[in-house]
Amino acid sequence: MSIIVDTGTRLVISGLTGHEGTFHGLRNRDYGTQVVAGVTPGKGGQDVDGIPVFDTIAESVEREGANTSMIFVPARFAGDAINEAIESGVETVIAITEGIPVMDMMPIYWRAREKGVTLIGPNCPGVLSPGKANVGIMPAQFFDPGRIGVVSKSGTLTYQIGNELKHAGEGNSSIVGIGGDPIIGSDFIDILTLYEADPETDLIVMVGEIGGDAEERAAEFISENISKPVVAYIAGFTAPPGKQMGHAGAIISGSSGTAKAKQEALEAKGVRVGESPTEAARIAVETLRAD
Amino acid sequence: MDLLEYQGKELLARHGLPVPEGSHAATVEEAVAASDELGYPVAVKAQVLIGGRGKAGGIKIASDSSEAHEHAGDIIGMDIVGPHGEGPFKVNELWVEAGSEIEAEYYASVILDRSAKKLMVMLSRMGGMDVEAIAESDPDALVKQHVDPLRGLDPDTANSVVEKAGIPAESGDQVAAILIKLVEVAQAEDATLIEINPLIVNSDGEVVALDSKTTVDDNALFRHPELKELSDSHVDDPQEAMAKERGLTYVKLDGDIGVLGNGAGLCMSTLDVVAQAGGSPANFLDAGGGSKAQSIIDALEVITSDPKVKAILFNIFGGITRCDEVAKGIIEATEQTGLDLPLVVRLDGTNSDQGMALLDEAGFSHLHHESTMLGAARRVVEMARSGD
Repeated sequence: MSIIVDTGTRLVISGLTGHEGTFHGLRNRDYGTQVVAGVTPGKGGQDVDGIPVFDTIAESVEREGANTSMIFVPARFAGDAINEAIESGVETVIAITEGIPVMDMMPIYWRAREKGVTLIGPNCPGVLSPGKANVGIMPAQFFDPGRIGVVSKSGTLTYQIGNELKHAGEGNSSIVGIGGDPIIGSDFIDILTLYEADPETDLIVMVGEIGGDAEERAAEFISENISKPVVAYIAGFTAPPGKQMGHAGAIISGSSGTAKAKQEALEAKGVRVGESPTEAARIAVETLRAD
Repeated sequence: MDLLEYQGKELLARHGLPVPEGSHAATVEEAVAASDELGYPVAVKAQVLIGGRGKAGGIKIASDSSEAHEHAGDIIGMDIVGPHGEGPFKVNELWVEAGSEIEAEYYASVILDRSAKKLMVMLSRMGGMDVEAIAESDPDALVKQHVDPLRGLDPDTANSVVEKAGIPAESGDQVAAILIKLVEVAQAEDATLIEINPLIVNSDGEVVALDSKTTVDDNALFRHPELKELSDSHVDDPQEAMAKERGLTYVKLDGDIGVLGNGAGLCMSTLDVVAQAGGSPANFLDAGGGSKAQSIIDALEVITSDPKVKAILFNIFGGITRCDEVAKGIIEATEQTGLDLPLVVRLDGTNSDQGMALLDEAGFSHLHHESTMLGAARRVVEMARSGD
């Protein structure tokens, strides 16, 4: 197994006809993902390298059996596209788009929960299950199939850690980029729950960063609900308060949301936290082999 | 983006929330003229993006023209340090406001609660002090109420918050109406924080916002052109202003090692590793996925315009962007900018060997490359020290 995307994924891409959408959509297909449709309003009937394009996501569900939607449209239209996906009948929506206003995301978050749709992102690199499916913008060459599940707020940092795991001879069940925005569809806790239930995952690496309290809540959750070992890395120890560090959600407000507080919360619950991405990867490999 | 007090008040006033009459001033003369027009007493208030202005001497009451002159002269140009050591922030502008007689001081705010994924209103009858201090000294005095994400704050809920907070009946209706309005303003203006502290009752029994602290979601500025304008005009730091103009994600820090990384997480991590190696980063700069020479030139120019910078670290992990492309960009940028500071480049990921070979061939004496993050951090710290 693996989580969220696999060989049964039938992907519809909103924004497939755009430059980035085409580039990554075809990359995803080349990896082996079943890319069954694209959606661009007004372009129904066209195709992108043989992938049929529809006017609506619902049509792609009906005609091509799409069960997973990827959102690749510009920020100001992305909210509407995510809403459309949630109502279309797909089970999973993966929103790559960066820069969606948080006031747009708030009702979307609640609507997705109400409808039982798994929403990943926005502002995320997507989900990769090595050897099975790649949905998003992750470079798949750093990730081999294996037994480590990764969940991360950051893209490049994840590639960095994936590459180190690969060099150490280890691979991944899945890699989930949950995104760096203040409100995201799935948090650490949601993904930890999926990994706990996944028989192919033996260890979980979580990559957090400053801002919010998702890591602290995850620490609490791990101590009560996760039996598999978890290794963490947190970025942003040198970040000053009140400054947004690239990601919209990466900001220390007053004295809350610091990397130190997150590290302490995790360590207090027995989660080992690496000082650098390299160390986190090393601890993960050691722990996996010690078990 | 944070708004200055007066910008926040103008926003509140646009939505019909009660604020005292006032006027913006950038010079002592303007401040005196504005004070004379408002009539005395007036409050002369430093406009900087930090709390604790009163304690720092940035807010003073003037009872006549000569006092207005004196206070404005003292406050303009002063440096204000925040309660958590933020800043210093230089005072470049003032807000001169009609004095209010204060019968009672409350605290009211609406904030995005990230964990709950909802807006939350907070109300307390203990205004004028820091909200964290209220929460600490008397947690029951701070009433918190989440807002239904689909329906907003209804009058019954607002009234119950007012009651729980112990606001006297004669001001209750006004305060409840203000809470409802605050939620509407937050939603309409994409504000993730609006804090009114204090929210006062004046001698006429009117409830008025005496201060305001507002944060607007940068991602939503496209639908608020008037706020976008403020954000463009309001960057004090010269490097941050230059970066903004060039569309770079840059944050100024106070060290001497310039840093560029690709991806926000990797860039933050790079700063941490530089600090672990004993160095002190001068900035955060996320180059994103781009490898184009022009974006690297832009980044280098911003980093080197900070006179404190003694050495630079580029930490690149090539994913879809290939390291050989990045190396070409770095070579072109180095040639074009005539960079003479030591530059340590760490290339890892896709085509990193080809990238490093290109850097070797280019043969710049001040350009060094490393294959690991930690190695690169140690190297750049050494280079910065040897420049002392």
